[in-house]
Amino acid sequence: MKEEIIIAGFGGQGVLSMGKILAYAGLMENLEVTWMPSYGPEQRGGTANVTVIVSDSPISSPVLDTYDTAVLLNQQSLDKFEAKVKPGGTLIYDPSGIHRPPTRTDIKIVPVDAMSAAIEMNNTKTYNMILLGALLKHRPIVSVDAVLRGLKKTLPDRHHHLIPLNEKAIDRGMDIA
Amino acid sequence: MAEEIKLMKGNEAIAHAAIRYGCDGYFGYPITPQSEVLETLEELMPWETTGMVVLQAESEVAAINMVYGGAATGKAVMTSSSSPGVSLKQEGISYIAAAELPALIVNVMRGGPGLGTIQPSQADYFQATKGGGHGDYHLIVLAPATVQEMADFVGLGFDLSFKYRTPAMILADGIVGQMMEKVVLPEPRPRRTAEEIAEQCPWAATGKHGRKERNVMTSLELEPDKMEVNNLRLQETYKRIEENEVRYKEYHVEDAEYLIVAFGSVARICLKAIEDARARGIKIGLLRPITLWPFPSDRLKELSSKIKGILTVELNAGQMIEDVKLAVECKIPVYHFGRMGGIVPNPGEVMNAFNNCFGEASNNSDL
Repeated sequence: MKEEIIIAGFGGQGVLSMGKILAYAGLMENLEVTWMPSYGPEQRGGTANVTVIVSDSPISSPVLDTYDTAVLLNQQSLDKFEAKVKPGGTLIYDPSGIHRPPTRTDIKIVPVDAMSAAIEMNNTKTYNMILLGALLKHRPIVSVDAVLRGLKKTLPDRHHHLIPLNEKAIDRGMDIA
Repeated sequence: MAEEIKLMKGNEAIAHAAIRYGCDGYFGYPITPQSEVLETLEELMPWETTGMVVLQAESEVAAINMVYGGAATGKAVMTSSSSPGVSLKQEGISYIAAAELPALIVNVMRGGPGLGTIQPSQADYFQATKGGGHGDYHLIVLAPATVQEMADFVGLGFDLSFKYRTPAMILADGIVGQMMEKVVLPEPRPRRTAEEIAEQCPWAATGKHGRKERNVMTSLELEPDKMEVNNLRLQETYKRIEENEVRYKEYHVEDAEYLIVAFGSVARICLKAIEDARARGIKIGLLRPITLWPFPSDRLKELSSKIKGILTVELNAGQMIEDVKLAVECKIPVYHFGRMGGIVPNPGEVMNAFNNCFGEASNNSDL
């Protein structure tokens, strides 16, 4: 098993942390993982992206030209990465603010209205976890349990009370995807 | 006892490994993409546990001179920076090399020249391996490709540096500094005691300990006869290092008809390109120098009789290629592919470059 994933969107949407949570979940499942962020000024508001690889064998390149799965959260990212999804791969995107939706027919395209779902949950910070739920529904690379164990391990104790909310957001993402 | 596997950035691994090595002091100044080294050390507060000093100096120049002073007392001291900051440190590095002192310098390279960009680069290869500062000296230069090697090379760098009394450098790139992957940190060991330092480093400024003469650390020697002797002694050290400390790793070399030579994280990008090519029957191997100085010249020369050509892939305009050409004495074609300015090529681009150089040959049916 090897899953090569790109997550891209605006800085502040939780792109890098979604990738991090996925990587930690991979660690919990004893898989090999790499997490390679774009670390430029995009973290401060431009477009940000992160490449996450989860594999049961050693990983060579942390830098890729094509991906099994893409989670694309703004128009620029969609324009840039739609063509780079491998045939048969999965493209998850948030349709809000998208005026040129993806057009490929050789990949699975999953629109996830995560922003509306996050607003319904009264907490827009759940946005990336809703998308993670959507991702895990279509690509069950790691278990939800591993995600929660990863969160528990990496979040400082003072934030542990937020784990149930994150779990709810993952469930919500699975429902709407 | 099973080692705990952690997930962290290369820069964070450097900080953890330094504390666990028993490093006595870190002196640095923040610069992207290596600021997490200093940040992690400040978060871990080793001065409360091992007694390690962590100090944000007023400048890179101050930091390297603090390292110079600490090294003169036999302490295991280090600094880290990124390209423009490492340029500022060059005078101090030359002095430390001349005074025959151990120290560890980490350069997490970014795109240059000048202030350049914060994105990954390998354009400081010349600076690291050919001197950088003035005078005839070398650093032992280690090029990590994984977060695990970022952690491991802290200990290796210090050990080699003390063994040969010469500064060592970890020459990383922004990719391996910023990426996270699994790492098993080295076993923690205590800092050396004053008695251990006095015993293991009789050259250090630790007090006279009954000796008549003081130990004096200096790079200044105005008498040419004596200065040449100093130089000859340094060259003797460099010869021993070249004979004993060459390190490299080979992948798919046994049956290779072509070779890619690449270091650091770029070697991993090349490895993926090679594995994809092998699936199509193109027999490429990879040699990844781990020590950039001393360079694995002998091994390359040996391989050059068995292969048809070499491609070097570097995040620069073609620097390591000079050492590769010298090693193979230009007996086989050696080409370069590089991106600059912080652009990182992906495996597909590497393969295109390979095809551009060896396309005709690699399309032959006899491959």
